[in-house]
Amino acid sequence: MSDYLVQFNNISKFFGKVIALKDVTMRLKKGEIMCLLGDNGAGKSTLIKTLAGVHKPDEGEIIFEDNKIVFDSPKDALDIGIGTVYQDLALVPLMSVTRNFFMGREPQKGIPFLKTFDVETANKIAADRMGQIGIDVRDPSQAVGTMSGGERQCLAISRAIYFGAKVLVLDEPTSALGVHQASMVLKYIVKAASEGLAVILITHNVHHAYPVGNSFTVLNRGKSMGTFQKKRDF
Amino acid sequence: MSLKSKSISSKSSLNEDERLKKISPLRVLLNRPELGALGGSILVFIFFGIVAGDTGMFSAYGMLNFLDVSANLGIIAIAAAMLMIGGEFDLSIGSMIGFAGICIAIPAIYWGWPLWMSIIFAFAMAVLVGYFNGIMVVKTGLPSFIVTLAMLFILRGLTLAITRLITGRTQVPGLRVLIEDDPLAWLFATDTFKWLFTWLGSLKLIELRTDGTPLATGIPPSVIWFIALTLFATWILMKTRYGNWIFASGGDKVGATNVGVPVGRVKISLFIGTAVASTIFACIQVLDAGSADTMRGTLKELEAIAAAVVGGCLLTGGYGSAIGAAFGAIIFGTVSMGIFYTDVDTDWFKVFLGAMMLIAVVFNNYIRKKVTESK
Repeated sequence: MSDYLVQFNNISKFFGKVIALKDVTMRLKKGEIMCLLGDNGAGKSTLIKTLAGVHKPDEGEIIFEDNKIVFDSPKDALDIGIGTVYQDLALVPLMSVTRNFFMGREPQKGIPFLKTFDVETANKIAADRMGQIGIDVRDPSQAVGTMSGGERQCLAISRAIYFGAKVLVLDEPTSALGVHQASMVLKYIVKAASEGLAVILITHNVHHAYPVGNSFTVLNRGKSMGTFQKKRDF
Repeated sequence: MSLKSKSISSKSSLNEDERLKKISPLRVLLNRPELGALGGSILVFIFFGIVAGDTGMFSAYGMLNFLDVSANLGIIAIAAAMLMIGGEFDLSIGSMIGFAGICIAIPAIYWGWPLWMSIIFAFAMAVLVGYFNGIMVVKTGLPSFIVTLAMLFILRGLTLAITRLITGRTQVPGLRVLIEDDPLAWLFATDTFKWLFTWLGSLKLIELRTDGTPLATGIPPSVIWFIALTLFATWILMKTRYGNWIFASGGDKVGATNVGVPVGRVKISLFIGTAVASTIFACIQVLDAGSADTMRGTLKELEAIAAAVVGGCLLTGGYGSAIGAAFGAIIFGTVSMGIFYTDVDTDWFKVFLGAMMLIAVVFNNYIRKKVTESK
């Protein structure tokens, strides 16, 4: 078994005449936080969307836990443990914390055909999980709309981890946040990595990337400028 | 005594989260979508209690009368509310009512089908129409407003054209004789709790006819359907996984898809729901009147949406309740019937309907801001 949890080998992606990605190679170990840096249009989004199962690469291969994988849909990626948190977070402001946390994967109880959404269990798990990251959800039935931006980001990350993510892909998690909120999210990302997750952090902000990242991949105009290590202690 | 109650309250506060601010029951209620409609219903009853209290409006017969009207509207309003929570509209409800009516009447009268078979046929057509509406909206991404507006015209036109082609008229009478002994029709045509009314009549608690039978003979089928559908829809919305998917699909389509909610399937099933509810409405009306009319149900889609909106549904989706829509329907039904018992000209009913809806929308908008307010 190789050291790497997930590897992109020579990934290329074309949209018609446009070369969105060309021969991009990127490798991640468990517990590593890799920052994906690059300008607008450098191909960051395309790269993570190939990992999330939204796009299929035209060339190259993705290797996850030593197996070559091909995703047909985002659900396939979710199922094997690649959790992507997009910028829009996939949260519904009018719905409660619990209902958002378990959206699409509600725990059920009862007899077949009359199964009900197990709200008590769901409330307990949601409050518990949010508590672990230091967010005190006093009332899990409160609407997500009442939470701050940082708390929402943490909720989305926490949800991805709870549902079995081994690789966490975060698209600009700090872009819309203030200083305090951003540090709350970054702390949580470091904590998640220390528990053995691999994290791909996409960001514009080098000041956010540098303190938390172990390695840095720079994309420019669809090509990788290389991966740079901060230190080799992982 | 006071000591005992004190020890209980201190014990219960130990179990509670001490960081949780005490929220007054009123505040909790304010966050519920159905509050406006509930308050509105109470106001309406108080109003008519004062204005028309001494007329026949609140006799057993009068109450069943306005409950029947409310219940009929409620049946379609609940389905419309669920669809609105799921983020879509159905403007073809009224036309579907007319279409379902002739789907029952023509096979039964002109083709010699047994009534139960024509009823099943009407429901099958409803599923088809709902499925078509849903798949068009989901696959093309067009606004459901447009797709179902087209369906409004298509279905009404089909209803008229087919009926005239087959019967040469716009009405199909003669169904009443078929109801008796039909294995299915009783579901839509039987008054229930007759014994109760007979008993109340024998005690002279309710009004009697000159021959000694009570004026109100039983609970009409619409009311039973209405209550059953309200409970069923509320159970689905609040207590099941599918209910959570309805809220999620209406609240954020893209987000819901990304976390694995089958948004397309949810929406299609909700469109089938409104078409089926329209057909229930049609069955009750057609079997009650004994005839189908091509113009039946005209403008009912707007009344259903109005009741849903008064009941707290947001036009943007993702928020609302079935109980709210039920109360919305009760408000409209009560006023539309109650106005006959007052000195007010019935022409004013539509003015009231519009004003009520406007107030409801303003109120709902305010509530939504409150709910999503960042701390």
